[in-house]
Amino acid sequence: MLDEDKVRHVAKLARIELKDEEVKKFTGQLSGVFEYMDILNEVDVSKVKETSQVTGLSNVMERDELVPSQSTREELTSCSELPIDSKQVRVLNIIK
Amino acid sequence: MADLEKLSIVDAAKGLREKKFSSEELTRACFSVINSRNKDLNAFISLDEENAYKTAKEVDDKFAKSENLPVLAGIPASIKDLLNTKGVKTTCASPILKDFVPPYDATVVEKLKANHMVMLGKTNLDEFACGGSTEHSCFGVTKNPYDLTRVAGGSSGGSAAAVASNMGFYSIGTDTGGSIRLPASFCGVYGLKVTYGRVSRYGVTAMASSWDTIGPFARNVSDISYVLQAIAGKDRRDSTTPDKDVPDYSSFLDKDVKGLKIGLPKEYFGEGVQKETADMVKAAVAKLEKAGAQVVEVSLPYTKYAVAVYYITMPAELSANLERFDGIRYGKAPKDPDNLTDFYFKARGAGFGEEIKRRIMMGTYVLSAGYYDAYYKKAQKVRTLIIEDFNKAFEKVDVLIAPVSPFPAFKIGELLDDPLAMYMADALTIPINAAGVPSLACPCGMSAGGLPIGMQIIAPQFEEGRCLKVASCFEKL
Repeated sequence: MLDEDKVRHVAKLARIELKDEEVKKFTGQLSGVFEYMDILNEVDVSKVKETSQVTGLSNVMERDELVPSQSTREELTSCSELPIDSKQVRVLNIIK
Repeated sequence: MADLEKLSIVDAAKGLREKKFSSEELTRACFSVINSRNKDLNAFISLDEENAYKTAKEVDDKFAKSENLPVLAGIPASIKDLLNTKGVKTTCASPILKDFVPPYDATVVEKLKANHMVMLGKTNLDEFACGGSTEHSCFGVTKNPYDLTRVAGGSSGGSAAAVASNMGFYSIGTDTGGSIRLPASFCGVYGLKVTYGRVSRYGVTAMASSWDTIGPFARNVSDISYVLQAIAGKDRRDSTTPDKDVPDYSSFLDKDVKGLKIGLPKEYFGEGVQKETADMVKAAVAKLEKAGAQVVEVSLPYTKYAVAVYYITMPAELSANLERFDGIRYGKAPKDPDNLTDFYFKARGAGFGEEIKRRIMMGTYVLSAGYYDAYYKKAQKVRTLIIEDFNKAFEKVDVLIAPVSPFPAFKIGELLDDPLAMYMADALTIPINAAGVPSLACPCGMSAGGLPIGMQIIAPQFEEGRCLKVASCFEKL
């Protein structure tokens, strides 16, 4: 059962800041959604294999060749608002 | 010549070659409709007039020199704002990508550019393609061309509304759980969800990677076939595209359906499906029967579990795919964060809309320790049973025909605060994505209230041609 504490915990795992009213709203809505998911308990899957790829491909290999990139380093970092240093995005200090 | 924007692709291509009009005139005709209708419909997030006219002029120059060009050359079209377009803003309708200009083209865009597409602009969608109504867009809702108080469907609502109101000859959308077919049916146009892997996903912002497909919207079946021809095939940059021959899709047009076996899956006409919708689809199938097809009832017993399977596996994949949007490479950097973790919390809290937050929460929950087996693994197993349903049905029939949506377009705001009810609008489209098979949404009539109703023609994997054949025959009945 989902309660507000659980919702806050999951938001922490997902690295999303939620406002109090969002926590309240999501607790109700997500409880409803997950109650609905219990419908799957009707199905016996004890002898069934999981599907994660539907067209049957597996271990697709490609020759490891250098091909020209469509974009330059400058273009790749241009989307960031953070300072760019030596063509790299400068992030916050993690170790102080 | 009047109403250039309403022509079929074939007629427009013919007119260009016979010099009856130019690509520039086609482009101007489309922009003229956009200028008068887009403020009401809100189908486009951004327009690119400058490049559109530039390409149109280049194509006209080539035609003047009688160069041999592909059929799509000089034909104006639009692209869902989920597909990267080099140098043109691609927002995914999300605050976190509001100013993002991609440094490269999606493979589909690259292919269409090689076909000399005139790109009019980028169309509206639910944020990161998550929704069934295009109400979850940070650029506002796209309205239904048939009734401005109703939704156009989603998530590719902008593409459907644009094509339905002659703002471009075709559009490219994406379909993960119904996002092409649902808006196509709500807006009365054709929309093709291809076999998983038939069209490259490279350069399209990933939603649920094992479900995502890319496909065309158009106003007739032959237009769909020409666009599909241009975008289908293996791509070394998307390893889920198999090295399978791409047939000549136009060869499936204008064929009869004598002896073709059509299956009506009884679960798609039952509880929750409006009678008017079910009756109209059955009437369409009766026409095909009269034209020589055989019709039998079939059963896909695991249909009712598809929504639950989808809303477990899709958010799981989505939450992983959206991890990269953290305010560092993409999105707005928050001011004065306490530390890096706080930076992520703030950037993502401010950068995502409500439905995305909801789905990331669902996905994170089902993947969290202690819940993985109960939810994700179980759903992946039930997915296998849904696939087996389709395999068994296709041993008996050539195609399946069913309604696209249980009801026609709903009112704006009607389902917004009831996510589960909104999710159920996709109850008849999701199982098809679960099985990875192709399905073509076709208009099949109008409701008493004047809203389009759509049916879907479903075929085995990589048999898009069969969908086109049946739709092309029905179009002429």
